[in-house]
Amino acid sequence: MSKFKKKAANTKQAVPTSAMPDIIFMLLIFFMVVTVLREVELLVRVNKTEARNIERIEQRRLISYIWIGPEILGAGQFGETRVQIDDALVDDFGSIRQVMYDKITEEPRLIVSLRVDEEAEMGIVSDVQQELRHAGTYRINYSTLEDI
Amino acid sequence: MLKKKKRRDADEVPGAGMADIAFLLLVFFLVVTTIDVDTGIGMQLPPPPDDEEPPPIRERNIMNILVNAQGQILLNEEPVGLAQVQDRVIEFVNNHGEDPDLSESPRQAVVSIMTDRQTRYDDYIDMLDEVMGAYRELRDAMAREMGEDSYEAYSDRVPHDENIIREEIPQNISLAEPDPGN
Repeated sequence: MSKFKKKAANTKQAVPTSAMPDIIFMLLIFFMVVTVLREVELLVRVNKTEARNIERIEQRRLISYIWIGPEILGAGQFGETRVQIDDALVDDFGSIRQVMYDKITEEPRLIVSLRVDEEAEMGIVSDVQQELRHAGTYRINYSTLEDI
Repeated sequence: MLKKKKRRDADEVPGAGMADIAFLLLVFFLVVTTIDVDTGIGMQLPPPPDDEEPPPIRERNIMNILVNAQGQILLNEEPVGLAQVQDRVIEFVNNHGEDPDLSESPRQAVVSIMTDRQTRYDDYIDMLDEVMGAYRELRDAMAREMGEDSYEAYSDRVPHDENIIREEIPQNISLAEPDPGN
């Protein structure tokens, strides 16, 4: 037995965890803020094509989307190429003009993002473009992924 | 008689489970989050056609690009490969009146794009990408001459209406109505 008893360290060994909820909450709030829950359900399939010389749209609020692609029929089946704006498929192309006109009067700096399936044909895309011209929404963006 | 339960020592809300709840929420938001930035090729559509005749453009200032349903490219009536498009557009826009068949100045140069109705969208985008690449290269070259790193850095710095490069090398891209085909 040694004469001098080794002093036991009287600091606690455990990592203090009392601040953990705060850290987690901070992370939680960060993710809550950046999260954009998908607000529309896609009724058409859009596999985006790729391009190299692309630009970013910084102002998300200005964007309005138009989806063009084969209609999803379920069970892995796809129908004809259709146009979707907001939540609905477009039956009458003339109505695109009215819808987009209403949007541009609300937000004059509107950018229309065309999300077109890579296998779609240009005919339908250009029909939509013609309607956009008549609606006065001239700023468009062909949504593509970045080709690296 | 029923014995009254012994009173608990502390009235505090237990805080130990709090971290677990927060973790659970955190994981949920982590899974749901998609931080997707919108990227794409920006274009400006022309106003709808009216009855007025558009101002005449001299033949040499127009470059016609046609993409057919098979994805083949015809550039001023001459078949070319996709890889050649960028160089040809640069040559055309940056001619400054040298070659009598090519544009007089970048300001006057117009690239006219036409497709068939049956042309695949990705063929069209591939071609448009090349044209955009040509313009980016020209604009970058001019930015470097002015002592900037790139056009992007320049256009971020100066206000939109003071952008000299954009004014000197405008992207005059005209989208012709597609050929109805058969």
